[in-house]
Amino acid sequence: MATMSPAPAEPDVPLLEVRDLEVEFRTRDGVAKAVDRVSFSVGAGETLAVLGESGSGKSVTAQAVMGILDSPPGFVTGGQVLFRGADLLTAGAEERRRVRGARMAMIFQDALSALNPVLTVGAQLAEMFRVHEGRSRKESRAKAVELMERVRIPAARTRVNDYPHQFSGGMRQRIMIAMALALEPDLIIADEPTTALDVTVQAQVMDLLAELQREYRMGLVLITHDLGVVADVADRIAVMYAGRIMETAPVHDLYKNPAHPYTRGLLDSIPRLDRKGHELYAVKGLPPNLMAIPPGCPFHPRCPRVRDICLADRPEPAPLTGADGRELPGRTSACHFRKDELHA
Amino acid sequence: MPEPYSQEDAVAPAGAGGRIELATTDTGTVESPPAPAPPPDGPAAKPRGLWADAWHELRRNPVFVVSALMIVFLVLIAIWPRLITDGNPLTCDLARSQQGSAPGHPFGFDTQGCDVYTRTVYGARASVTVGVCATAGAALLGSLLGGLAGFFGGWTDSLFSRVADVFFGIPIILGGLVFLSVVTSDTVWPVVGFIVLLGWPQISRIARGSVITAKQNDYVQAARALGAGNLRMLLRHVAPNAVAPVIVVAMIALGTYIALEATLSFLGVGLRPPTVSWGIDISNAAPQIRNAPHMLLWPAGALSITVLAFIMLGDAVRDALDPKLR
Repeated sequence: MATMSPAPAEPDVPLLEVRDLEVEFRTRDGVAKAVDRVSFSVGAGETLAVLGESGSGKSVTAQAVMGILDSPPGFVTGGQVLFRGADLLTAGAEERRRVRGARMAMIFQDALSALNPVLTVGAQLAEMFRVHEGRSRKESRAKAVELMERVRIPAARTRVNDYPHQFSGGMRQRIMIAMALALEPDLIIADEPTTALDVTVQAQVMDLLAELQREYRMGLVLITHDLGVVADVADRIAVMYAGRIMETAPVHDLYKNPAHPYTRGLLDSIPRLDRKGHELYAVKGLPPNLMAIPPGCPFHPRCPRVRDICLADRPEPAPLTGADGRELPGRTSACHFRKDELHA
Repeated sequence: MPEPYSQEDAVAPAGAGGRIELATTDTGTVESPPAPAPPPDGPAAKPRGLWADAWHELRRNPVFVVSALMIVFLVLIAIWPRLITDGNPLTCDLARSQQGSAPGHPFGFDTQGCDVYTRTVYGARASVTVGVCATAGAALLGSLLGGLAGFFGGWTDSLFSRVADVFFGIPIILGGLVFLSVVTSDTVWPVVGFIVLLGWPQISRIARGSVITAKQNDYVQAARALGAGNLRMLLRHVAPNAVAPVIVVAMIALGTYIALEATLSFLGVGLRPPTVSWGIDISNAAPQIRNAPHMLLWPAGALSITVLAFIMLGDAVRDALDPKLR
């Protein structure tokens, strides 16, 4: 596929565009629709945060985009994953393998389990250069040290020979980041990169990631359930629920003025200093079982705004218009009452 | 591991504060330029990899030391029996048939008048050869087929696992009587071949299970996400993390294979004279147990101790490789 080569992208083709992606898990107990008609796009140098509770399909979406979905039981049943305009889902296995790591890379949640315990970190970093660029052992090793210095691991020259368990959690996550950055990919998908870390380290790792992203002008898809992480680094947010996208918006618009009751619920459940002494709001109920997603709007059993139409008719993501009747750029909401929500 | 803030802080222009903090963790020894001498066994001791760690553990395990010494001794006399005997196991004097202990012949004589001590020493060679070769063969074949089955799953798994089940279902003694009475030879190879043929399914099951566990690890997924191909993932990320249980089972199997060789030889279908084997000697001695118990005692004792040594070694290695048992 010629379009896969690092040709200068046309300005109107986003780096990654996912269209109507559908993923289902076929298990003995039935079929779970983990991702249902999900669409989003990320440009070069842009950060898209995909936000959602556990089981909302964030990670599955990431795996489907990367092409590392465990199959069976997971199957991509529809949609397109366009990387610089070329559909990865129709590309051959070898083609996809070459894209992974070199053009798009992934950072995993728990770096301890995502690094091979029997190999030194240097060997694992060097592997990136040996696999994709066929460099010599010595060259790859020098590049590995360079990478470790890049993600600011102190004494990289000696630590390159250490095993993953000899590093602290934050340092391990830096090594994961270094592995993802090794070949300077165009796109990085970070699946909850800071969830396994404690709060102070979280901020440092996030800052490092954001800084490196700016430096390399990469697209970043940040998958998280942490609204706090998102606010600082993301440009745009996509909120997922039960395998669907509920709302997309530029980050500040979303925080200031959500247009979906689910987003509003999430924002209201953040503890805030100016509401000390009040009981913390929580979205009532539990996310639905993906084998039995409610008809109509999947959020209706938990929605404070539910009406009859929500039980029968499934709302699709649709653009929002402001008070002056003009379309708000980059904003969609999958709620029948999106206007009322927006102006509430 | 609790994470002191200052450890991460040391990433910024690493001040002295950061260094001191680092030196208190297990990462410290490689950090600070004037590295403080680590206490020999404290958490600051030079960290080791899995195998170095297992070796460290093994050296202080008396079960390992004893069994390893026994096995080293056994292998030595299997290679150079003349280290401890001048006799010839095939030089026999019928006049001394079934006689007891005599000067220069501490274990007495068997029915043919051969020296039991010399025959017992020379018997180690057959046992060790069969045990080691059969284990190597079964482990290679079993981990190859089991590993591929576990890694690829699907029809590969079904095919290999069903074939393994077929061989697993063959009764060993019955199979041995049939197979070895057809394939006969003066060498040990038919016996080795037969044990490999019936032994590999046990190893392949272990290898399959252990590969399935290893391939579900996040780092295999991560390697895939970073563009590693199947072969690289299997050899570099899955196999090294799946090999420990296979090694343990193979070591324990080695002991049982030696016993199996003796059993087959006892039944007359294993090794055949003039090969010297404990199984053959036990077989010859069994009918004479009332007249000359010494004929049975020595080869049977040697066999038991050898099997025990290998099983103990396997146990010790398992304990060392499995961190959960520590």
